[in-house]
Amino acid sequence: MKNERAIIITTGVIVGLIASMLVYFGNPANMGYCIACFLRDTAGGLGLHNAKAVQYIRPEIIGLILGALGAAYAHGEFAPKGGSSPLTRFFLGFFAMIGCLMFLGCPFRMLLRIAGGDLNAWAGLVGFAGGIYAGIFFLNRGYSLKRTYKMTIAEGSLLPAAALALLALLITAPAFIHFTKAGGGPGAKHAAVAVSLVAGLAVGALAQRTRFCMIAGIRDFILFRETKMLYGFVAVTVAALLCNLGLTAATGTSFFKLGFVGQPIAHTDALWNALGLFLAGFACVLLGGCPMRQLILAGEGNSDSAIAILGFVAGAAFAHNFGLASSGAGPTANGQIAVVTGIIVVAMIAYLNTYKK
Amino acid sequence: MKIIDARGLSCPEPVILTRQALASGEAAYQVIVDNNTSKENVTRYAHHQGYEVTISEQDGEYTLSLRK
Repeated sequence: MKNERAIIITTGVIVGLIASMLVYFGNPANMGYCIACFLRDTAGGLGLHNAKAVQYIRPEIIGLILGALGAAYAHGEFAPKGGSSPLTRFFLGFFAMIGCLMFLGCPFRMLLRIAGGDLNAWAGLVGFAGGIYAGIFFLNRGYSLKRTYKMTIAEGSLLPAAALALLALLITAPAFIHFTKAGGGPGAKHAAVAVSLVAGLAVGALAQRTRFCMIAGIRDFILFRETKMLYGFVAVTVAALLCNLGLTAATGTSFFKLGFVGQPIAHTDALWNALGLFLAGFACVLLGGCPMRQLILAGEGNSDSAIAILGFVAGAAFAHNFGLASSGAGPTANGQIAVVTGIIVVAMIAYLNTYKK
Repeated sequence: MKIIDARGLSCPEPVILTRQALASGEAAYQVIVDNNTSKENVTRYAHHQGYEVTISEQDGEYTLSLRK
């Protein structure tokens, strides 16, 4: 058990350092990783939405899936399975994304925003924990999306194959793929493809081996007083924070800014920051893991997680097509309606899969 | 002996089912899971509750025998 804790803390430290360094290498501020933002950028790159500021096929996403695939394969854990309420998972993924884009970040970026001194992210953390509580309420009463079943190698390989196809589209950059123009927004800020890809592969492999999950940290502590993953959660934040401070001292450029106002790709509306991540936390507990964990499980051949990812992507596309995503100026009225709708839909999914099975 | 069939269930359901079963306070249980993550999580939880765990594997399914 001691050994397990050391491994998860070490992993958290490495993941936090890589996340901070990705910003140094060119990623948007406090966004070494953001699974929500990166899937949103990728959706934009494919032209699924037309928000010109956020269009880029993010190699980190490709790397996370393929890194997990490699690690799973090497350890005999590539095990195609699925069939556990796929359409429900699609909509949980869809609304989790709506919540993340209200907050402007997935739970992973929430930690990185905290590590960058963005105090608005603490409101997100409060909402996130609340959403996890809501999910646990139903889990304790028997919530289940029912069993998964073994699937074929072909079924389990489709999402990793799609990741390879995305890599080919990124590198060959045909005319129908959209990239944010230099200076045109967060989509234009990225580390070199090779750097992002290697960072994704490394974190994907580590996360597969350690079952790293932003949801599990808080969820398992509340449910079982299990602290293992919580140590990883804290380790990511502390490592990224120290790396940000180190980079600030070494480069003279600020990688850490304490406060509420003027934070990079963030807004100051505490209520909607909290409600956004409440929705994301609630939906992700019902999915069984955070957005990053869904990428990792998809790499292991889990097509339920692959469906959840397609839900994230669809949610991101709708969020920008319908003006639901927040910006630095704050949430939109459409986004507020969508988040409230999402909380109602997710609560109904939770209720029906708990009491009406 | 109580048998908990948690095959195909995703985390944390296998551990929740185990916890609910353990509430009856028997000396021995069997938990069947079909992936490493569930195997690790149920084992960890059982250890915390003071049970010894022995694991046997067959065709990618794990039978965890819990004993006080």
